[in-house]
Amino acid sequence: MADKLRTLQNLEAMQARYIGTGHADTTKHEFLSNIARDTYASYVGHPPLLGYMAVGMGEPREKVRAMMIERMVRGVGAPPETQE
Amino acid sequence: MATTSHMFMYSLTIQPPTAITQAILGQFAGTKEQQIVTASGSKLTIHRPDPTQGKLTPLYSQDVFGIIRSLAAFRLAGSNKDYIIIGSDSGRITIIEYVPSQNRFNRIHLETFGKSGVRRVIPGQYLAVDPKGRACLIASVEKNKLVYVLNRNSQAELTISSPLEAHKPQTLVFSVVALDAGYENPVFAALEVDYSESDQDPTGRAYKEVEKLLVYYELDLGLNHVVRRWADPVDRTASMLFQVPGGADGPSGVLVCSEDNITYRHSNQDAFRVPIPRRLGAVENPDRKRSVIAGVMHKMRGAFFFLLQTEDGDLFKLTIDMVEDDKGQLTGEVRRLKIKYFDTVPVASNLLILKSGFLYVASEGGNHHFYQFEKLGDDDEETEFSSEDFSADPTVPYEPIFFHPRGAENLNLVETINSLSPLIDSKVANLSDEDAPQIFTISGTGARSTFRTLKHGLEVSEIVESELPSVPSAVWTTKLTRNDEFDAYIVLSFGNGTLVLSIGETVEEVQDTGFLSSAPTLAVQQLGEDSLIQIHPRGIRHILPDRRVNEWPAPQHRSIVAAATNERQVAVALSSGEIVYFEMDADGSLAEYDERRQMTGTVTCLSLGEVPEGRVRSSFLAVGCDDSTVRILSLDPDTTLENKSVQALTAAPSALNIMSMADSSSGGTTLYLHIGLHSGVYLRTVLDEVTGELSDTRTRFLGSKAVKLFQVSVKGQTAVLALSSRPWLGYSDTQTKGFMLTPLDYVGLEWGWNFSSEQCVEGMVGIQGQNLRIFSIEKLDNNMLQQSIPLAYTPRHFLKHPDQPLFYVIESDNNVLSPATRARLLEDSNARNGDTTVLPPEDFGYPRATGHWASCIQVVDPLDAKAVIATVELEENEAAVSIAAVPFTSQDDETFLVIGTAKDMTVNPPSSAGGYIHIYRFQEDGKELEFIHKTKVEEPPLALLAFQGRLVAGIGSLLRVYDLGMKQLLRKCQAIVVPKTIVGLQTQGSRIVVSDVRESITYVVYKYQENVLIPFVDDSIPRWTTSTAMVDYETTAGGDKFGNLWLLRCPKKISEEADEEGSGAHLIHDRGYLQGTPNRLELMIHVYTQDIPTSLHKTQLVAGGRDILVWTGFQGTIGMLVPFVSREDVDFFQSLEMQLASQCPPLAGRDHLIYRSYYAPVKGVIDGDLCEMYFLLSNDTKMMIAAELDRSVREIERKISDMRTRVAY
Repeated sequence: MADKLRTLQNLEAMQARYIGTGHADTTKHEFLSNIARDTYASYVGHPPLLGYMAVGMGEPREKVRAMMIERMVRGVGAPPETQE
Repeated sequence: MATTSHMFMYSLTIQPPTAITQAILGQFAGTKEQQIVTASGSKLTIHRPDPTQGKLTPLYSQDVFGIIRSLAAFRLAGSNKDYIIIGSDSGRITIIEYVPSQNRFNRIHLETFGKSGVRRVIPGQYLAVDPKGRACLIASVEKNKLVYVLNRNSQAELTISSPLEAHKPQTLVFSVVALDAGYENPVFAALEVDYSESDQDPTGRAYKEVEKLLVYYELDLGLNHVVRRWADPVDRTASMLFQVPGGADGPSGVLVCSEDNITYRHSNQDAFRVPIPRRLGAVENPDRKRSVIAGVMHKMRGAFFFLLQTEDGDLFKLTIDMVEDDKGQLTGEVRRLKIKYFDTVPVASNLLILKSGFLYVASEGGNHHFYQFEKLGDDDEETEFSSEDFSADPTVPYEPIFFHPRGAENLNLVETINSLSPLIDSKVANLSDEDAPQIFTISGTGARSTFRTLKHGLEVSEIVESELPSVPSAVWTTKLTRNDEFDAYIVLSFGNGTLVLSIGETVEEVQDTGFLSSAPTLAVQQLGEDSLIQIHPRGIRHILPDRRVNEWPAPQHRSIVAAATNERQVAVALSSGEIVYFEMDADGSLAEYDERRQMTGTVTCLSLGEVPEGRVRSSFLAVGCDDSTVRILSLDPDTTLENKSVQALTAAPSALNIMSMADSSSGGTTLYLHIGLHSGVYLRTVLDEVTGELSDTRTRFLGSKAVKLFQVSVKGQTAVLALSSRPWLGYSDTQTKGFMLTPLDYVGLEWGWNFSSEQCVEGMVGIQGQNLRIFSIEKLDNNMLQQSIPLAYTPRHFLKHPDQPLFYVIESDNNVLSPATRARLLEDSNARNGDTTVLPPEDFGYPRATGHWASCIQVVDPLDAKAVIATVELEENEAAVSIAAVPFTSQDDETFLVIGTAKDMTVNPPSSAGGYIHIYRFQEDGKELEFIHKTKVEEPPLALLAFQGRLVAGIGSLLRVYDLGMKQLLRKCQAIVVPKTIVGLQTQGSRIVVSDVRESITYVVYKYQENVLIPFVDDSIPRWTTSTAMVDYETTAGGDKFGNLWLLRCPKKISEEADEEGSGAHLIHDRGYLQGTPNRLELMIHVYTQDIPTSLHKTQLVAGGRDILVWTGFQGTIGMLVPFVSREDVDFFQSLEMQLASQCPPLAGRDHLIYRSYYAPVKGVIDGDLCEMYFLLSNDTKMMIAAELDRSVREIERKISDMRTRVAY
């Protein structure tokens, strides 16, 4: 039992540390939000990709960068209603 | 070796990326002089600005094999040298320094803090350094912030602490800067958004109420601990911060830049807000808000100012006034912000102000600019807006403020640095009928777009071109005495005489020189202290300083056919095959060696090396005979004219030159024998200084004419000028010291010689036909010549006319008013208030409006007119997206230009009101376009292709075949072949390779009899394809948006089955596999390049080279993939790669193999960029690696450079 508890605690620590690490109760919304945020962070972090999008959108890189981070606030929209 | 593919390619960058991710300024060499360090792709480059000439020269460039995301410079207190911190994808913080004595970067610290890769919560995106150099903060987009304390130990070495954490989960960071806190605890400011509540609230209200906070993180140096000291909400649209000087210089704090306004914030000061002025003009929308996208703060003695740039490129000067007390002393309290228009420069990714009064603009698209400040805009007539007129509360609305943009008044452009970024498409073709093809590219954005022709060559600046009375055969220059700095005479040899010109203020003929003018000349030399010699077919004239002449006549019935001289020795070859050797004796006269050496054949050429410093003679004479050999004869006193070594050649030698040049293998200089052959081949061999042995021969084909060789001096180094059908220059690369052979961008010369005068210290003189030309070479660091033609809008695609040397470029710009709308607005404005000023769009951009498109087709003639010769503007908010030239069988094979357009397109998320396919007829040999008709299609046709006398178009996921009708295009057949959107098409035979926007490629076969399109093989993993090229019938090379290059092959059996005669029923009825086609492609090679491939070609780049894959990248990279022929080479390069990766691990701490395997494991590719790092290593390391590989250093260098020079530049 102690082992199990420790594993659980370890897992929680890992999940707090590595955002996006899933668990048995991950909801679809959480999962998708994580993917969306990861994606936007990746767009911002790869300079060629950011430039590529900026040319496509006809905006300066800095504006596209700010826009991408802005979208990370929301991820994929409001979370679903939870039934208590 | 189970994992090795049976196919191997050598991946090499020909031209590194030119897009600058970040640029920083600092005194990296430890002197007063400032340098600029730029990061472009994986390349870190240090540049030296030259304030006297207003030039920027690269000093050193290194590939770090990682993604450089952020750079920062810092200096420890009391030191005068700046260090560089690199935030990269390695999950490590890297501190490096520039070592000027070695011209290398040296890594000082490498501390791991997280996983590698570009991830949301791994720091590396933001980097901020305390202005006093005491600490740095490295942050990620979300959550993590690490603070490192920088210090020095007792040996004055830089130390770095273990990281202090300042994490805050579920918090996004928009910008981070360090505060100027003087000598108080270092403080970092961050713009943050906490999304934890919004993520929990299903109603969406929390999302609407999300606040953006300005947060101060204070590093308590005493407690060694970071605290979140202050947080205050700011404008929701804020995205950028700038540091405001503190301490004695200013009030400290930050500028918060948001949409339409800039606010000054600090924890102990009031807020001050000033709007960003908007452009005023007939075609400008007065409601459009600007935001700051780049900026720079500059501190001068006792003052500071900001230059902030908006997305239009306008620079605004922002200053902060402080409160003064009764005595006129500054209290450190802010009184107001003032903003005014400064000038307009290209939209920048970074702005840097140099102490020497220059502004460096690292442009986002197109050439980088280097400006000189004329003035600082202090006393001009621009309206200055003050924060006193505006409330500091972000919620309070205000009246917008306006300015009139105008031409530059404060800045003066002194240099532009070529940049191909963003490189959108390219073609490789040989239009000018030269030996090697040219690369044509379209690049840039908006009105700064260009069409460029790239050619391998060195830029030549011509000084004099003058016609002579008749055609000379040779030219020399000579000094009069040994100690002369400059040449005094130009000696020209004609078929029947010799002409001497003196060099002075003017160049004029002189008579009384002692030269024999009635015979042609074979050689001219300044001999000993102050005498000259002239060798002519009948003898040698030794001209003493008092114009007395000693003549040595050639023996009876024999004439001199070849001669070689240096300042102490003379050797001549007689028509009988004898070699006569002279040496200067103590009294300055020439003494003949008593024996003559009889050669086996006729001597065609001779060469004596220069007399080495401190010696009395050069110890070798190279003799080329018409029996296709070169012999090295000894000139040592005891073994005079004895054979040392022989080299057999493929043809008779036409020129020889012994020269001592810089050598990368030994680090010093080495004696080389350069050999030119009658067949146009050039050889370079190493001549052993002791034994006279010839080794390490490298061969290169130069052209169709016999090669002539001349020793010249360029940029302080000895170089070889090789003349064949075009001139070439052999020199040592400025960085690697490796030997480079590059054609000159100049006319073909028959003869050349070194030229040095007061006006032109390092020049060359040459003969071309009847003309005498004097020229010089200014730059050795750039061997790609660019010629650019401005385009109207951002280019999207282009193609070449099937027969004519013309290109058709489709261009479109999003959110830009079309010319028709602009004209209408101008007319309105004219009617209203007569304001019709139109600013040149290449400097000021086009007027913008959301949802509008400006688009056109331009015809470019890069050869004759070197300009755009026709423009067809598209109307009704259509934007051109694809182009093809299609010969329609139904129209007697007449070729038409087909353009695909999209109507009312929005890019993100992708949508449109359908598309059109326009048909144009080529008029006047393609110089003009005649519109025929257009056909509406349901989605924008993103890919068009000529296919078997018809048009095939990719419309969404539909592949459709069209024929040309009278009124519109006629649908012939169609099929859904890919899951998402077709973005590219290639064809061979009846096979079409279709690329999908995200699902890699699918092969489709067209069955003519049944008129059906059948997809039969696709890929097993998604690839966001950007460009493809068919390498052969089965194989396709492609690139994707994440920066990978790959080669996919259809299995032989499946390929054959698809082409079987008959209806293809077996293909149609084959059962699909996992919701795809029945078969899968095989991956042949895969490599990560970082840059996004935008075009791929299977082509040759040099005359006589093999077929290679050339690719261009979005950031301006030009690279190639060269197939390996032999397995031994692969093994060699694999072990070399392994050695290099372990002996010189990448600078930023990214593992090389993991970097190249970023998205998928690297397969079948040897990284040539890594192999070429070998040239940059120290000699010890080179030797160590060579020993490990059981080869000599020279051998390894030869193998590496051969891989490049055999197929490319």
